Amino acid sequence: MEFSDAIWVQAAAFLGAAFSVGFGAIGAALGEGYAAGRAGRAISKSPELSGPILKNMLIGQAVAESAGIFALVIAMLLVFIDTDGRPLIDAFAYLGAGLSMGLSAIGSGLGSGFPAAEACQGIADNPPTQAAISTNMLIGSAISQTPAIFGMVVAFMLMFVDFTSQPLWPAWAALLGAGLSMGLAAIGSGVGSGIPAGSSTLGMARQPSAATAIRTNMLIGSAVSQTPAIFGMVVAFMLLFIDWSNVPPWPTWAALLGAGLSTGLSAIGPGIGNGLTAGEAAEGVARQPEAQGPITTTMLIGQTVAQSTVIYGFLVSLILLFIQQEPSHAMTEWVALLSAGICMGFGGIGPGIGEGIAAAYAVRRIARDMSQNVLLTRVMLVGQAVSESTGIYSLIVSLLLLFVI
Amino acid sequence: MAIEGADLVRAAALLGAGISMGLGAIGPGVGEGFAAGKACEAIGKNPKEAGLLTRTMLVGQAVSESTGIYSLVVALLLIFVV
Repeated sequence: MEFSDAIWVQAAAFLGAAFSVGFGAIGAALGEGYAAGRAGRAISKSPELSGPILKNMLIGQAVAESAGIFALVIAMLLVFIDTDGRPLIDAFAYLGAGLSMGLSAIGSGLGSGFPAAEACQGIADNPPTQAAISTNMLIGSAISQTPAIFGMVVAFMLMFVDFTSQPLWPAWAALLGAGLSMGLAAIGSGVGSGIPAGSSTLGMARQPSAATAIRTNMLIGSAVSQTPAIFGMVVAFMLLFIDWSNVPPWPTWAALLGAGLSTGLSAIGPGIGNGLTAGEAAEGVARQPEAQGPITTTMLIGQTVAQSTVIYGFLVSLILLFIQQEPSHAMTEWVALLSAGICMGFGGIGPGIGEGIAAAYAVRRIARDMSQNVLLTRVMLVGQAVSESTGIYSLIVSLLLLFVI
Repeated sequence: MAIEGADLVRAAALLGAGISMGLGAIGPGVGEGFAAGKACEAIGKNPKEAGLLTRTMLVGQAVSESTGIYSLVVALLLIFVV
């Protein structure tokens, strides 16, 4: 049962389209539904404001929808792309493109739902602040969309860059790994940027006089939450554009796939965790604008610690990408490399989220009483250090799999 | 490329080590972080009890760590012992 390359490429393009729109639909729908639910609650509280609330809900939902639209565009392109005469490597490029776009749209769609939801609540709470709320909602949603845009950029590269100079083995794993690295990493950052966008929007409704301080805090916190997606994109670019002609195809293909998984998966936790911290910080600044200094400082310290596991994941990815492997078809060799990537990838998720939660609570208390910031930062760091332990175990097991086997 | 049975078993052990430690790190990470957060909140409300509350947090986190240690032990067993 022999098929020509073009058959495989066509099949892969269709599968890629399915992943793109299938995953992409999840985030946007969840985010918009959440916004609609909160809008309903806001309207029930203040029915006379149903006009402005509904308008804001629709605008906010439209921004959340854009991630879904990006995913639809990539899917349409993949459905109708002409696969005649395309080399087999393009099959993996199209699969990777679908995964990159689809997965990244999950985070951005969901994340953009938060500011839309909180804007509706804010309008019900404090109608005269409508304009400021809408503006902040749009700014925050736009930041939350950035990971989906990264995902789309990587998807376009996968679809339209000429990979014929790369050898099929191991470059197929590089292209698939690039899609996974970008797509998975963007999930965390999309959600993580949406949470502070939501909290800051609601905060502005409650404390319009502190709008500038709140927005500054949101921008800083959201920017840090974007960093894991950027790590994912850097690894994706390295996988796409390094020339893999001079490496032994076995077992390097497993190293490349593992590199994509290591950064992609481990970025999810820190993205979400940083977002939780930034969200509480924005809310805290709204409650106590005078405490902006200690809040921002503790937020940044907490976010930096929560960021650590994606840095471990990035380190393992760099090792997998750049350490030259001995050519070998032995099953233990390639499985060890793949397992190292999986181990650090998943291992980065929990500590990222947990340390973010710890920092979020610390920031919340500091907002209520800024004189406690030294004590609470210390407690936060001790708690985060314990939470880090399983991330370190994962790093150790990964390094064992890489160097001791 | 004939795969020996022993190779397949060894490879499965290595993959299992990665999955074991990877997935096993998720729960304790989130749980201990939540404990740390609640400790920050509690100490914020009652700073005089910081010592007692920190100790309580550490005890709670140590218990939460247990499944993470199980995962590490199984991973190391799969890599070095079987």
